[in-house]
Formats: sequence, structure tokens, C-alpha cells
Amino acid sequence: MKEIVVISGKGGTGKTSLTASFAYLGAGEIIVADCDVDAADMHVFLQPDFANEKDFYSGQVAVIDPGICTDCGKCARTCRFDAIRVINGRHTVNALDCEGCGYCSRICPVNAITDKDNHVGWWYCSAIKTGAKMLHAKMKVGAENSGKLVARVKKEAKRIAEKEKKKLVLVDGSPGIGCPVVSSLSGASYVILVTEPTVSGLHDLQRVSELVGKFRIRSGCIVNKADLNRHKRDEIHAYLKQNNIDHLADIPYDETFTRAMVSGKTMTEFTGSRVRKILESTWNKIVNK
Amino acid sequence: MKIAVASGKGGTGKTTLSTNLASFLAESRETVLADLDVEEPNSGLFIRAEAGGEEDKYKMIPEWDAGKCTLCGICREVCNFNAITQIMDEIMVFPQLCHSCYACSELCPRDALPMKKQKMGVLRYFKQGNLSFVESELDIGEEQAVPLIAQTIAYVDRHCPGDVIKIFDAPPGTSCPVIEATKDADLVILVTEPTPVGLHDLSLAVETMKALKRDFCVVINRDGLGNADVESYCVRENIPVIAKIPNQRSIAEFYSDGKLLYHEISAVKDALEKIIAYIDARPGAGKTEKGAE
Ligand code: SF4
Ligand code: SF4
Repeated sequence: MKEIVVISGKGGTGKTSLTASFAYLGAGEIIVADCDVDAADMHVFLQPDFANEKDFYSGQVAVIDPGICTDCGKCARTCRFDAIRVINGRHTVNALDCEGCGYCSRICPVNAITDKDNHVGWWYCSAIKTGAKMLHAKMKVGAENSGKLVARVKKEAKRIAEKEKKKLVLVDGSPGIGCPVVSSLSGASYVILVTEPTVSGLHDLQRVSELVGKFRIRSGCIVNKADLNRHKRDEIHAYLKQNNIDHLADIPYDETFTRAMVSGKTMTEFTGSRVRKILESTWNKIVNK
Repeated sequence: MKIAVASGKGGTGKTTLSTNLASFLAESRETVLADLDVEEPNSGLFIRAEAGGEEDKYKMIPEWDAGKCTLCGICREVCNFNAITQIMDEIMVFPQLCHSCYACSELCPRDALPMKKQKMGVLRYFKQGNLSFVESELDIGEEQAVPLIAQTIAYVDRHCPGDVIKIFDAPPGTSCPVIEATKDADLVILVTEPTPVGLHDLSLAVETMKALKRDFCVVINRDGLGNADVESYCVRENIPVIAKIPNQRSIAEFYSDGKLLYHEISAVKDALEKIIAYIDARPGAGKTEKGAE
């Protein structure tokens, strides 16, 4: 089974629109995973039914029992995250600052602090409009995206792909270079880097491809809105060549993008559009990687 | 006054707005711009500055001292992040997993795990006329953005005192990095696009700001691109839409070359003037002027 992960460093390059468009082409033959759990947007294009909701717990958060606490202040002095403050005379944990290290509960002289499992969100195994299954998740506001929810979504996607004998898992990866994207990348067989010909597009491409290089995964690049800036486009092409990254496609600045985005459709649903043709041949290249 | 510019996801024009707003403000008064998107800092690509400097930023990680250790195993037991493990007669620390809570180090009965500095990124600062610019960049392979964001804010607090306007370009999303970046802000400007994805991400960002009890408002970027759902949402939720930036290919082209927009495009300048008028009309801003008297 192959696992293809689409990432872009920063958002706004059209990563999710493109991934959803490929998911449409892959139809029932693939399993889709939305690992951009921070801003999960694939559902806008693929209309999952949000069936099979499961809670997800990750890490812990300290809770002080005010009936036991003597306000000695040892916990507040120990906490490196400044998460325990005195509010109205009582020691109180600010859950948003608490890292769940458990140090305070360990040293509280009267055992007034317990570590509770943290409910960080939900994950789903949905049916989407192409007939395929999609694994996706929703994070609770302010929860820590430690990459563990990403890892869970991916693990379930792989499990189902194996069970249903699908050959390909298509993953919409997380932004940035931190733990969520590291979780998105681990185990990938091929990485698609989506970029655009702007100063920041090139800068982000360099950072993510350096990260991908650390994993020694083969990667290819799609330059979106390629005709926006010819000079920057050429710079990106040169960078790809130098770094041995496959150049998968240049996609022109096309109003199909906007039409698709506004109507909540994938671009590949617009049959006859020039973008659809490019995406079809790109998808064929990707599937045969 | 601290103003954070944020958005539910990347690519809505957060950096464009922060850099243009800061540069425009700096034409007439002292302004600070801090790029807190430490995983992918981009503001610096738009700000030209001559003099500046940089400093390495560190996090604290325990370092095992074999000579003192008795292999009692307490450190392994107290670490909630599985960052410490014992292999044969060796204690190993995994720096990527460590949250620098000090539990192992301080609870080790033998003092065998002193905390040591480890580089996690670099902070750069420049000054250009009225504009002070600070950005931090996380080293590749470092997984935790929050400690570096916290240190960058601390740097701004230390080096840029006074009641000047400080603009923080926040990381995208709704999880801990963005919470760290917006938690001290007097005002959060949420940048969004008038599309279904924009609306979805905006509503997540709004929920986050409400949970944090932040004061926030909305700027609609690429106005004219999609439909009116974002605006009707803001009306329904009683969220002020303080400015709109039109959808123009020329904007995307100037951006692609790393150029500031307000010199070239009057619609952008108009939008910035509206935002500044909104900022100046706020009680916090009034204090600034009184402070200066
Ligand atoms: S707590 Fe200290 S003495 Fe005990 S195993 Fe860990 S490092 Fe060694
Ligand atoms: S400092 Fe805390 S997180 Fe780091 S290794 Fe020690 S116990 Fe674990």
C-alpha cells in the first residue's frame, strides 16, 4: 500500500483544493485522510457524513481540588509554564497554559492535585461523496496539536486501506515544520509539495523540503498559480532540479480554482476545464510513482 | 498596545496585512512588528532593513551525568512525555519529546540530570526608521514552536517598552502556538476570505478567541472572490468587519515579488487607513496619547 502525503509549509497555496481534487479522481479506489487537523477543510470539498464519531484523549491537565488545597503555593513555584496562579485567593490551574507534565501533582504536600486525561477532540471515519472513506478529525478549541491526533487519523486510514485492500492512502498533511507535520510525514511513501511562485512560497518550500529530506522520502512538487510570477517560477524550477525533487506540474492561475472554492466542489468536477486536464495527468504520474 | 494578526488557516493574507500595516504605521509613528509564525516566518521577506542582529534561542534539556547516577529510575517514572528511557545501564534523553518541565532534573536524588541549554532557533531583529522588526525561526527538526514564541514575545516586552503599537503576526491554526501568540493581545485581527473554507476557518478562530476572552475584529481579504456568507456570519455574531481588501490579480503579483502593497494599490491603503482609525478609536489607543503628553 502506498501513502502519499501532500504538504505545503504554509497554507494558502491551494494544498487542500488540490488534494481534494485528486481524491475526486481517485474515487472509490483510495482512502483519504485529512491530517490538517488544525484547520481541517477537506470536508468542505468532499462532504463527509461525519459518521462514527470517536473521542480522542491526549496528554493530561492538572486539576486542583479546592477542598483539599491549603494554598501553600508550592505548585505555583514549581510550575515552569506559569499555569498556576492565585485567583480570588485560591490556587487555580489555567488549563490553556498547563502542559500536563504532572510535576505539581507529584510534589503537592497534601495531594490536592490530580492529572486528568485531556479530551482534545474527535475523529471520524466518514463516507464522502466519491464513495470512498475519509478519516478526519476535529480539535477542541485551544487543544494542543501534539501530532498524536494526526498519527491516529493516519493509523486508522492505513488500517482501513489494508482491510478493504485499497492500494493508496491520500493524506492532506499539516502545515508548518513542527510535530503535526512530522507525524503526517512518518511512514509516507511519496510527498507532494505544493508551492506558488512568490518569495514566501519559495522560502517555505525550502524549509519543508529540508524537513522531508531528513525523512529520506522521495518528493515531487506542484507549482500552483505558476504564471503569477515567471521569474519566481523559474527560481522554483531551478531549486527543484538542484535538489532532485520531481517537478510534477505547473498549474496556471485559473478561475476554476475560485469557482470550485466558492461552490464547495473539487476542481476536477469541472469537466472540460484546463485545470482538470492538468490534474488528471498529474494524478496519473503520482499514482505511478 | 498589542495587536495580533491571526487567521484560522494560513494563506489568507495574514502576513501581507501585518507587514503592510506595520510599515504604513511606521511612516508616522514608532511601531513594532514581530513575526511569531516561527515555523514559517515570512514577514522578513517584505521588510527591508539595514541594521540588525541576531541571537540564538535555547530551550533547557536535561543532560545525564553517568558518574552520579545510581539508575534508580525515578527520572523515567516522573517524565510524563516519555522523553527519558533507560537502555541497559544508560539513561537516554530524547530532546524532541522534552517539554522542559524540570521534573526529572529537580527530583533526581543524585543531581544527575542538570538542565543544559540546547539551541532551538534564532531570533533576528532590525530597526528601520520608526519600525522595529523582530522575527524568530525554529530550527528544522525542532518540533515545539511554543517555547520559541514565548521567548520572542518576552524579547519584545523587554526591548520595545512603552505604549507604541506592537503588531504580532501570529501562526495559523487554533492550537497552542496561536494561543501563545495571542494571549496577551489587546486586540486580535482575524484575516479571512469570503469563501466556504474561509468561513469555516474563521468560525474556528472566532470560537478560539471567545474561549480566550480576546477582543477581536475581522478583515476580509480577497473581497469579491466568493459570496457574502462571511459578512452575514459576522453580522449575525456581532463581529465588527473593520476593512476589506479587494481581490485583484495585481495584489497577488506585487506580493509574489515581496513588495509592500499600499504604495502601489490605493484600495490597500484605504483598507489600512480604516484599520488604523479603528485601532486609534479604541480606549487602549487613547491611553497611548495621554501617556505621551
Ligand atoms: S533519577 Fe537520577 S539517579 Fe535516578 S536513574 Fe534518573 S538520573 Fe539516575
Ligand atoms: S524536563 Fe520534564 S519533560 Fe523534559 S525529560 Fe525531564 S521530566 Fe521529561
